[in-house]
Amino acid sequence: MVSGTLSVDALLDKMARETRALISHRSLDDPLMIGIRTGGVWLAERLHQQLELSSPLGVMDISFYRDDFTQAGINPKVQPTQLPCPTEGRHIILVDDVIMTGRTIRAALNELFDYGRPASVSLITLLDLQRRELPIQADVIGGTLALGPDQVVKLNGPDPLSLTIRQRD
Amino acid sequence: MPEANDPNSIQLTADGQLRHFLTTEGLPRELLTEILDTADSFVDMSQQQVKKVPLLRGKTVANLFFENSTRTLSTFELAAKRLSADVLNLNINTSSTKKGETLKDTLMTLEAMHADMFVVRHSDSGAAHFIAQHVTPNVAVINAGDGRHAHPTQAMLDMLTIRRHKGDFAPLKVAIVGDILHSRVARSQIHALRTLGANEIRVIAPKTLLPRHIEALGVKVYTEMAPGLRDVDVIMMLRLQKERMQSALLPSESEFYKLYGLNRDKLAYAKPDAVVMHPGPINRGVEIESEVADGPRSLILDQVTNGIAVRMAVMSKAMSGQLSQRGESDQEEQA
Repeated sequence: MVSGTLSVDALLDKMARETRALISHRSLDDPLMIGIRTGGVWLAERLHQQLELSSPLGVMDISFYRDDFTQAGINPKVQPTQLPCPTEGRHIILVDDVIMTGRTIRAALNELFDYGRPASVSLITLLDLQRRELPIQADVIGGTLALGPDQVVKLNGPDPLSLTIRQRD
Repeated sequence: MPEANDPNSIQLTADGQLRHFLTTEGLPRELLTEILDTADSFVDMSQQQVKKVPLLRGKTVANLFFENSTRTLSTFELAAKRLSADVLNLNINTSSTKKGETLKDTLMTLEAMHADMFVVRHSDSGAAHFIAQHVTPNVAVINAGDGRHAHPTQAMLDMLTIRRHKGDFAPLKVAIVGDILHSRVARSQIHALRTLGANEIRVIAPKTLLPRHIEALGVKVYTEMAPGLRDVDVIMMLRLQKERMQSALLPSESEFYKLYGLNRDKLAYAKPDAVVMHPGPINRGVEIESEVADGPRSLILDQVTNGIAVRMAVMSKAMSGQLSQRGESDQEEQA
């Protein structure tokens, strides 16, 4: 994979289409979409609009739930998690920019369950970097990406949204 | 030797992270703001059914209280538990010192139990500093009040309460009222308010309860309530220690209440939207009238709620600083 910048609009259209199919296939009645800060929120805002969901969008910051606190310390820019309505018994759609090891989603699930017991949780990510360390999979992905060992990918936003792939510093 | 006297040489890691929290004096504004931002997130956590995060899971926090304070001890205990730490409460007045154990022996015993954090309350000024200097490198020390010196978590919970109600510090006039002379709370509040950029800081007290050269801290001094409270946005009352009465610094409780007690009439000197704070426990009818303490402009109960959040923020930041210092830090972003 070479370095460069990609637009995400085409990927977002595909994700919106597949999420709509997922909602109908799984009969997710009035789903509650939650974006994971920061990139996941930008994507969730677009998807929420495209899918015309009626429940307001939630925002989650998983900093307090990360499993690498003992190594990485606390994120100085942590912001509140804002869930606009109770999650108890709701169908949750989590949105994040990238799934790699699965650890972020593990943390998000832990936090989500501290707010109540959802009816179901689905996961949507823009990219799958396929380096899983936990048995967690996305239900809808924009695309998969095989990065070289020295490459990193970053979502730029919120407007316009684009992906940058570059060599690690 | 400026190094040894600079509180920040011991409070901060080489790269400026908090590793002990001993005083608000001299801490940079960015760090105080980060503590308030983190605490804000913890306040919002109270919506969760499970009011707990796993930040300090597997860590042991020892509350070392050489001076009794049920209220401060319980908020520190709750804060540590909401961070998933294991908590040990030691009321040292009643145990080891009576058996002749020295402070150093007590510390070594606790270190051998592999405690990761000491929360220290002591009647001697400088006790928390002393302990921070003598603990093994991996233990974070939080000052929960030392003598007349500092009570930094109380000051930070006051700052959080002000910021959540007033937004920005820049336009605010703040009055601190009462026994300034003996108050570690007042000192920590003044340092924090100055660093966070409050417009004007006033102290109001009888001459006998004002430290000499208090103006050097950048405050305006008043000995009467009417001019002192005029146009202020925030009134921070201090607790009057009963033992001060006996030491002849004050004529009587009723005299103090008449001159400096905050009642509805005196509150009217302040701005119409001025808020009232008190570190608790309040002496009704000595520092403050019940109607004011329980009134719509009192933030006394908000302070208690915010106290837990601020203590969670300080504890997780200090632990984070300690861990990064251990060299376990890995700055690589988790995907």
